[in-house]
Amino acid sequence: MKMKKGYTLGLSLYLVFLLLPVYWLVVMSFKTNEEILGQLTLWPQTFSFDNYVTIFTDPSWYMGYINSMTYVAINVVITLITALPAAYAFSRYNFLGDKHLFFWLLTNKMSPPAIALLPFFQLYSSVGLFDTHIAVALAHCLFSIPLAVWILEGFMSGVPREIDETAYIDGYSFPRFFITIFMPMIRSGIGVTAFFTFMFSWVELLMARTLTSVDAKPIGAIMTRTVGAAGVDWGLLAAAGVLTIIPGCLVVWFVRNHIARGFALGRL
Amino acid sequence: MIVKIKNQKALWLILPVFVLVAFSSLIPLMTIVNYSIQDIFDVNNAYYVGTDWFREVLADPRLRDSLVRQFGFSASVLLIEIPLGIGVALMMPKSGRLASLCLVVLAVPLLIPWNVVGTIWQIYGRADIGLMGSALTSMGFDYNYASDPVDAWLTVLVMDVWHWTSLVALLCFSGLRAIPAAYYQAAQIDRASGWSVFRYIQLPKLKNVLVIAILLRFMDSFMIYAEPFVLTGGGPGNSTTFLSQTLTKMAIGQFDLGPAAAFSLIYFLIILAVSYVFFTTITQMDKER
Amino acid sequence: MAEIKLASLAHSYQTSPSAPEDYAIRQMDHVWEQGGAYALLGPSGCGKSTLLNIISGLLIPSSGHVLFDGKEVNHLSPAERNVAQVFQFPVVYDTMTVYDNLAFPLRNLGKDKATIDKRVREIAAALELDSDLLRKANNLSADDKQKVSMGRGLVRDEVSAILLDEPLTVIDPSLKWKLRRQLKRLHQQFDITMVLVTHDQLEASTFADKIALMYQGQIVQNGTPQELFEQPAHTFVGYFIGSPGMNFIEVSLHDGCACFAGLSVPVEPATYDLAVNLGSSNMKLGIRPEFVRLHEQSQAGALDTLVTNIEDLGSYKIVTVEVAGQPIKARIEEDDWVPTGRVYLSFPLPWLKLYADEYLVKAV
Repeated sequence: MKMKKGYTLGLSLYLVFLLLPVYWLVVMSFKTNEEILGQLTLWPQTFSFDNYVTIFTDPSWYMGYINSMTYVAINVVITLITALPAAYAFSRYNFLGDKHLFFWLLTNKMSPPAIALLPFFQLYSSVGLFDTHIAVALAHCLFSIPLAVWILEGFMSGVPREIDETAYIDGYSFPRFFITIFMPMIRSGIGVTAFFTFMFSWVELLMARTLTSVDAKPIGAIMTRTVGAAGVDWGLLAAAGVLTIIPGCLVVWFVRNHIARGFALGRL
Repeated sequence: MIVKIKNQKALWLILPVFVLVAFSSLIPLMTIVNYSIQDIFDVNNAYYVGTDWFREVLADPRLRDSLVRQFGFSASVLLIEIPLGIGVALMMPKSGRLASLCLVVLAVPLLIPWNVVGTIWQIYGRADIGLMGSALTSMGFDYNYASDPVDAWLTVLVMDVWHWTSLVALLCFSGLRAIPAAYYQAAQIDRASGWSVFRYIQLPKLKNVLVIAILLRFMDSFMIYAEPFVLTGGGPGNSTTFLSQTLTKMAIGQFDLGPAAAFSLIYFLIILAVSYVFFTTITQMDKER
Repeated sequence: MAEIKLASLAHSYQTSPSAPEDYAIRQMDHVWEQGGAYALLGPSGCGKSTLLNIISGLLIPSSGHVLFDGKEVNHLSPAERNVAQVFQFPVVYDTMTVYDNLAFPLRNLGKDKATIDKRVREIAAALELDSDLLRKANNLSADDKQKVSMGRGLVRDEVSAILLDEPLTVIDPSLKWKLRRQLKRLHQQFDITMVLVTHDQLEASTFADKIALMYQGQIVQNGTPQELFEQPAHTFVGYFIGSPGMNFIEVSLHDGCACFAGLSVPVEPATYDLAVNLGSSNMKLGIRPEFVRLHEQSQAGALDTLVTNIEDLGSYKIVTVEVAGQPIKARIEEDDWVPTGRVYLSFPLPWLKLYADEYLVKAV
């Protein structure tokens, strides 16, 4: 079908609606606080990198990014390692309570994180994991694993089971078959899963903030520091915000050719 | 469809996932159940109170108000985001560089930490330093999301549309791409109008992704916390205080553990029930001849 | 109802095609007369679906003209051309009932209810869908979906032509012949030009009065099934039609004979002269296995050969013999004498064809 003029216009308007707030954030991060609080300007009058310099030279700032990235990475790894065999089992076998297990996994996506904050805090404190990266990563597994199992199951169901059987007849053991034959076949599914796991772990703050205090504190929690006695340091806040968007943009740029397929979650 | 074979050993493959999720889900859940039926003063002084907390929270006007606000908000979110998302997906080019560009731009809001989303809209919406805020003010609107409840509510709504419509659009876009060209060709041959193509081809083929989109959007909007918390702090008054926030205030602010736990369970059950009813209705419709 | 004419038509999916290989359809002229039943036969990837989409108007050709009853329709939409098309895979409107699916094209034309109802029931009866009319199309089997799909093509009675793009591929074999007969009957009943695309020669020859055989984006021969069998205009036709395909031997021409490996086979003088005049270095002798004669005793002009293989295919056998390292297949009937070891081979003159540069050398 041909592109219609109205479509282009409508779409452009929507994209502008999406980008304007981000543009404003970026512009503000390059402004000085005097300019921000003074006259409204569409472009920084005096281009300033001070806000970024502050973040990159102060460990209490930049450690926030490192903390966030660390627990996100741990989460992605744990999720993939455990979800892959589980998704395989759900896609290939019938076993006792499989439907209920699958449904139970999915309900975890439905429990409001706010509910579990205090029990979470108590649980992780009692096992001595409070304020560690691993604690946040494990907590995020609560919703990343169900999602990962669900997406991977979709991709795996698209692979005919004859492949498995042929491999077993050829004398492959299960682990060898799984790693050398099966995983390469669903590699786009694995990529998509990693993307979604990253996404949900990176954007979550409530649990991450509850389970950390100093050593593993995420950047999102550190951003509240910009509220000082003299009011909010808007420029610094904007710069910190811009820096939280960049990892997401990088990831999305790498997977741009798989996004459409990815959002189908292997199920179309 | 793959024919599954019976194999109980497959449970071993599930075990790691089960242990991990159970650790983070069952133990806290038991703690909550525990809290919800006891009055706890300290480790050694806990009294069984039965359903007292449940009765108390169900009678609590604060909670009822925020529940009503929550349903109003989730309904508005779905009513705007689902049609808008479908529309955006329909307007997108089907392939090529432009399509990739659209996809990347659409995905950006989804990858921004939720509290930063609040920050972005704070900076964007303030009448003194925000582009939107000052633009609206200069156009003569008396706009101030920090003091006017309606403005605040609308701003949170627009923020959520900004944040999440992309998810619906991306899901629909992949759904649309999966429609074989022959369907459009057949429609052309049958002289179907543009509306017919949408009504009889695109919409039915989008049904599966729309079910996912509606479920995800319902669940997430029902649990919204960080964005309005940063933007409005729940105010002015209680106009943008949604369920999660009320609950957090109760549990952590006032340390009313019993009622908070009881209400958490009700909250969870509401989401579960609504999702379940929606899902079974849709699948039931499928089975009818 | 229309005569479909293609005039110097060519199509390429590339924006600036240069080599002939870049074309999905190489330049061609062709006519399908009003009311005929035609088949467009060829292997996958030969361009038959592309050609069909050009005729229906789903594709606009890179160059040349499509004429309906002498009127150019190149830039008319499928609706304006008033054609019906059935696709390889079933296309049904999932949420509609079978009845609504069949009625859909008529409703879009703004027909009145009574006409629609009469027509839908007529087509449903012809396709044996009457009992399913009120079912949702989504819940039908693949076979039935395809029947609905075909029904939507057939339901409009005043179309210029009905184009069928391998519609029987997904149909269960036991149902195939039935549907084919129904198609044929519908064709006779409504006197509409029908073009059936297929890669199955049996399907083509049972359905069509005339078969156009496509190869590498060109129609290499257009004729009755019998013509395609007896007078293959191109080596590919010989190879593709019949089972097994035609025997081909590379030859050179000397003294009124086609020679290979020191042997010589006499050919018709008129054909011989024509072939020599072409001066081609790519000369092939072709004969169908059905026409190869096997003899127990040596005869004048017969080749002395050895049997290397006999394949028993039930009602007939395929005998493979070797002539100077060159395998030649012969088909013999059930009750015929079965040769073993040494056998003498002769080629009846009328069935012996000469091909220069893959095209039949034909003396008129």
